[in-house]
Amino acid sequence: MVQILDPTDERVPVKRELTQRPEHITGTVGFLDISKPRGNVLLDRLEELFNERLPEVEVRRYAKPTFTKPAPEDLRRKIAEECGFVIEALAD
Amino acid sequence: MATETALRPFTLSDGDGTEYRFPSGRPALLCFVHEECQTCALSMPLIEATHRAFGDAIDVWAVGQDTPGNATLIERHGLTLPMLDDDALAVSFAYDLDTVPSIFLADGEGRELRSFIGFGKQDWQDLHGDLASLSSLVVPEVAWDELPESRPGCGSRSVEPGIAERLIAESEGSPLRARRLDIGDNNDIHEFLYDQGLTDGLPVVPPTPERVLRMLGGTKRDSQELVAVVPPNMAPATVEKIAINAVMAGCKPGYLPVVLTAVEAMCTDEFNIHGVSATTMGATPMMLINGPIRDRLGLNYKLGALGAGHRANAAIGRAIRLVLANVGGGKPGGTERSTLGSPSKFTLCIAEWEERAPWEPYHVEHGFQPEDSVVTLFAATGGPTMVVDHTSRDARQIGGSIGLVLEGIAHPKAHGASDTFLVLCPEHLDTLQTNGWTKDKLRARIQEASSRPLRDLLSDGESGVGVSLERFGDTGPTEEQLNEMIPKFADPSSIHIVVAGSDAGKFSSIFQGWATGPRGSQIVSRKIEEA
Repeated sequence: MVQILDPTDERVPVKRELTQRPEHITGTVGFLDISKPRGNVLLDRLEELFNERLPEVEVRRYAKPTFTKPAPEDLRRKIAEECGFVIEALAD
Repeated sequence: MATETALRPFTLSDGDGTEYRFPSGRPALLCFVHEECQTCALSMPLIEATHRAFGDAIDVWAVGQDTPGNATLIERHGLTLPMLDDDALAVSFAYDLDTVPSIFLADGEGRELRSFIGFGKQDWQDLHGDLASLSSLVVPEVAWDELPESRPGCGSRSVEPGIAERLIAESEGSPLRARRLDIGDNNDIHEFLYDQGLTDGLPVVPPTPERVLRMLGGTKRDSQELVAVVPPNMAPATVEKIAINAVMAGCKPGYLPVVLTAVEAMCTDEFNIHGVSATTMGATPMMLINGPIRDRLGLNYKLGALGAGHRANAAIGRAIRLVLANVGGGKPGGTERSTLGSPSKFTLCIAEWEERAPWEPYHVEHGFQPEDSVVTLFAATGGPTMVVDHTSRDARQIGGSIGLVLEGIAHPKAHGASDTFLVLCPEHLDTLQTNGWTKDKLRARIQEASSRPLRDLLSDGESGVGVSLERFGDTGPTEEQLNEMIPKFADPSSIHIVVAGSDAGKFSSIFQGWATGPRGSQIVSRKIEEA
């Protein structure tokens, strides 16, 4: 038998359950632009459609400082506090 | 005669499985021996005679260091004393033995009264005197005249190479804390490591506790010290975890300080390994080593400087990739999303031929001392791309050639987007030196040769890449704007220059960067403190 040392971080992967999806969208929806080119084009169009079809829903726009790094902790907390839903736009 | 030293308690069995506990409440004479040792062979009859004389009052035990050898000793010398089996060498290690025979006399509570190593006639005679006083028994008859005055002992098995590392790894004070994985005899260890997703696709050196211990010998840092938190899983990388991956990569212990410093540099917010790893563009950390450590570790910076064939370059570059994948969890298809990947993702570690150029080497240019050893990390997305120029005869021409090739990196119309590492070959350097050029002069010439008027950089029917006309509003750009010359690089400082390669050949090479600056990845240089 050979014994070796574990080269990984030895963490058991955390399995996360998806939050229950509600029947209707209400309240505030956050639109997160990750700051890639043309992400705003997609979100602008989406916002038009939301205003048209879901006028009772408030849309709030957010942007990551750069697409190359994870969203800063403060931004994540702000979105979680202010929104019931979030749509993140990838782009290029 | 008595010392305050308490000998380590232990329990060992003899060949029949009978257990012996030390201390037993009676005074004890512990005689560590090994069958292959001539001095042990010389001492065995004396040890047996001691047992026969004092055994009624004192535990006289042999502690033998290998099971078959113990049986041989019993048979060869007709031993009647208990021969305890320390084949695992745990007790020999706990007693910190260098030599066999090692003889310890202890009182009933295990406190050391006397000890000696090897064979000494006077030592044994004094010992017999002690035993007689302790037991009120009579010293045995020994033909002292037939024995030599003294004989040195032999090396204890517990300090033999390979065994010593295993014993340290298994001891209570072991610096190893990582989870141990047992691989059964029916498994091929290499297949196991592939199957567990722990390799980069090539075989790795199995990180046994012994090898990891030897690797840890390359640093003075505590094995459990946190070196960095590694994206994307934000996992803590201790010295030990990095050492494990360094073993797997094929590093020697001397490389470890470089790997530790490189991991620190890689995990800074400035370098942004999260983005470097995740980008579909296919970036990889390129490592540059400067300073005296280059020669101490045998890093190649001459013929074939960019690879392959040199262990230090290959293994150090590979080690940080394995740390990223195994500790940080940055694996292809997971958070590593490169469209095409790159062979440079296996390893990319170069060193500078500092002595070849009249210029300051890279690390000195960036504020370090010449005697400092420094690791620099650069996020490379492409290269090496050749600058082939056999015919230029002066500095301006060579600089022009390099500028023209550099204009093409990523896309000829993409100006101001990236930075670059230029690896200048010695022959091109010599041509630059015929005119006494500095690095700054070369940078300025590259900017000049790579400059294009805005009209050539517009996004158009030839190629959609480039400056969008929308930027200029309904009126469009003016003639003056269209004629403005725009260099390839936003700033000359985006052109990083080092010298490497063999003296023969007019081939320099360039590596292209990724998204430069705070929005992407910035070059990070760190001094190797233990170099």
